[in-house]
Amino acid sequence: MKNVMGIINTVNEPDHLEELTYHRCIASVPFGGRYRLIDFILSSMVNSGITNVAVFAHTKYRSLMDHLGSGKEWDLDRKRSGLFILPPVNEGLEPVKGDLHALYGHRDYLYRSSEEFVLLTRSHMVCNIDFRDLRNYHEMTGADISVLYKETDDPDSISSRIVTNTKGRVTSIREQSGLLQGNKVSMEIFFMKKSLLLDLIETALAEGHDHFVRDAILKNIDHLNIHGYRYQGYLGVVNTLQSYYKHSMNLLNPNVWKELFFQPGLIYTKIKDEPPTRYKSESRTSNSLVANGCIIEGTVENSILFRGVRVHPGAVVKNSIILQNGMIRENVNLEHAILDKDVVINAGRTLMGHELAPFIAVKKKVI
Amino acid sequence: MKQKECIAMLLAGGEGRRLGMLTRKIAKPAVYFGGKYRIIDFTLSNCTNSGIDTVGVLTQYHPQVLNRYIGIGKPWDLDRKEGGISILPPFIKQRGGDWYRGTADAIYQNMDFIEEYNPEYILVISGDHIYKMDYELMLRFHKDKKADASIAVIGVKWEETSRFGIMSVDEHNRITEFVEKPKRATSNLASMGVYIYTWKTLKKYLNMDAENVKSSHDFGKDIIPAMLDDGIRLYAYPFEGYWKDVGTIESLWEANMDLLDDENKLKLSDRKWRIYSLNSNQPAQYVAPSANITNSIVNEGCIVFGDVDHSVLFYGVQVGSGSVIKDSVIMPNTKIGNNVTIYKAIVGEGSVIGDGSVVGSSESGEITLIGSYESITFGIPAR
Repeated sequence: MKNVMGIINTVNEPDHLEELTYHRCIASVPFGGRYRLIDFILSSMVNSGITNVAVFAHTKYRSLMDHLGSGKEWDLDRKRSGLFILPPVNEGLEPVKGDLHALYGHRDYLYRSSEEFVLLTRSHMVCNIDFRDLRNYHEMTGADISVLYKETDDPDSISSRIVTNTKGRVTSIREQSGLLQGNKVSMEIFFMKKSLLLDLIETALAEGHDHFVRDAILKNIDHLNIHGYRYQGYLGVVNTLQSYYKHSMNLLNPNVWKELFFQPGLIYTKIKDEPPTRYKSESRTSNSLVANGCIIEGTVENSILFRGVRVHPGAVVKNSIILQNGMIRENVNLEHAILDKDVVINAGRTLMGHELAPFIAVKKKVI
Repeated sequence: MKQKECIAMLLAGGEGRRLGMLTRKIAKPAVYFGGKYRIIDFTLSNCTNSGIDTVGVLTQYHPQVLNRYIGIGKPWDLDRKEGGISILPPFIKQRGGDWYRGTADAIYQNMDFIEEYNPEYILVISGDHIYKMDYELMLRFHKDKKADASIAVIGVKWEETSRFGIMSVDEHNRITEFVEKPKRATSNLASMGVYIYTWKTLKKYLNMDAENVKSSHDFGKDIIPAMLDDGIRLYAYPFEGYWKDVGTIESLWEANMDLLDDENKLKLSDRKWRIYSLNSNQPAQYVAPSANITNSIVNEGCIVFGDVDHSVLFYGVQVGSGSVIKDSVIMPNTKIGNNVTIYKAIVGEGSVIGDGSVVGSSESGEITLIGSYESITFGIPAR
């Protein structure tokens, strides 16, 4: 994959994660005990042999930059190529309208990169992919553009669907809340020649358009030979609270755990150097995902504990997601809750959410 | 090269013969410890946390795993432009060359390396101890005392004094006597194998020692006694806290079990003094509905269906359903099948314990040791 560059486009990603994205962009939403959403696509790229990756940042990207750093956790701290974080291009005080402007604004980066092909992706697709299969498919079909899709019924997230004809050619893409039926969820992962991407961007902008998929792709769908490539691994489209909760809880299925985190490659993330988790003698933990640095003295069931969470004696945590450094004091009763980073629940409190509407505590809240 | 006030020389060439199968193909400092670490992580992390950014690691016995593990020192923040980590194996010189014949000889042979940094002080440590220590405080002590050499000491139980190098001191902590493994000790202050020398002085003694054909070229046996004979300023730096030499199977097992004691003074989770290690890139551990984990430490990448009590699980360990693990240390990527019983054992990395196996017993006090990449069925090594 030396000849392929990767782009993770976070501009205007559909975001209904409510409190979880008050202070961060969707790409840096914590997921799966120790990761951020962007880790899955980024690691897949690296595991596929891509060594030139650009992240188009858009809003609230401080935590994203902190997370990515120099890219060393992904082996992208390279002399040549490596990781590029490209901030929004604002001319004057006008806010950026669509991703076409961002792509165009950084076209110098695209021109300067020597790769012939480009893999254009989004950050909120939780998956583990070998993109070499996609490239091989692309070469085999001779398509102009190949787009990854997953056959799934996922009503909880915002996703676009594609329609293909019998030869696998994409005849239509409906963005977001279309009436179009079908179960082919677009993973918004496009593979094409870099020259085609630049051509599409410049043409669409010249015609006064703003959005890459809606304008540059869809308006040319009759002229372009776009093929759909079916992805068969685990996919979580995470951009609503419901889908966040659902796909988090799906990780408690050992088959999903083994597939998403190990096959075909490992998922990398920023490390915290926490010690292993300590289960004390009173701890009762079952059906849970637990990251390092936790100290568990209470009961934890059907839950996900991020790094450095403390569950004190007598506390009961059920069906909940506790982000980094959460502090659950004595005799707390917590059910169907999502606690953001550094939340403290004081002794004796009872907090109950519902499966369909989990209780959410914002970062650093003390309850 | 920029001058450095103090650089560290880390002795990591030991074979660790008493660790048996665990050091068959790796040097002792590379042996796993505490669910995610290798022993050397403690001294390397102590260096970086103490502000020492130049570390020479002296290797000799089976250095392959250690070399790959250390790399350019990234996990310990020792990948520096100036200084950083340097792996120093024995090498051939214009007139011959030799293996490191002792701890002092290892330093002597690398004098050129040390001189490059022109240090005032040199910290000599070894990669086979578990402890957290701020070497900067010890350096301050060394300067305050205007010492030629300072040796960190810890009070040990009187009945254990015969296992250590024992120091007698006067009321100012000046060392008056040093005896290696005394039969009848007059003090219980044991050397921790942590030395700070004023480089000028040490250089002189190393040169003298190198020419002494009778010398075993060892710090404890030769250099320190020679310095004491000459009456130069040797001080004992009293250390309080957790320190353990993990040179035997028993002490390695004990040190792991110590981590499960709430009163343990090592405090692995103290964020002000983190112990760094190479990241294994594993996902959060999965604890199944059938699992029961108590009084244990478990690392990322584990998947547990059975019972784990009073044990230490390294990354990537699988424990099948119906299995019981008690008082044991299970090293990375070991696969334990269903209905397995493991009592008081150390299981080496990558081993496979077949369904229904029984390892160790609850009655015998002995520690059962299973090497790395072994395959066990019904408790009998399948060879």
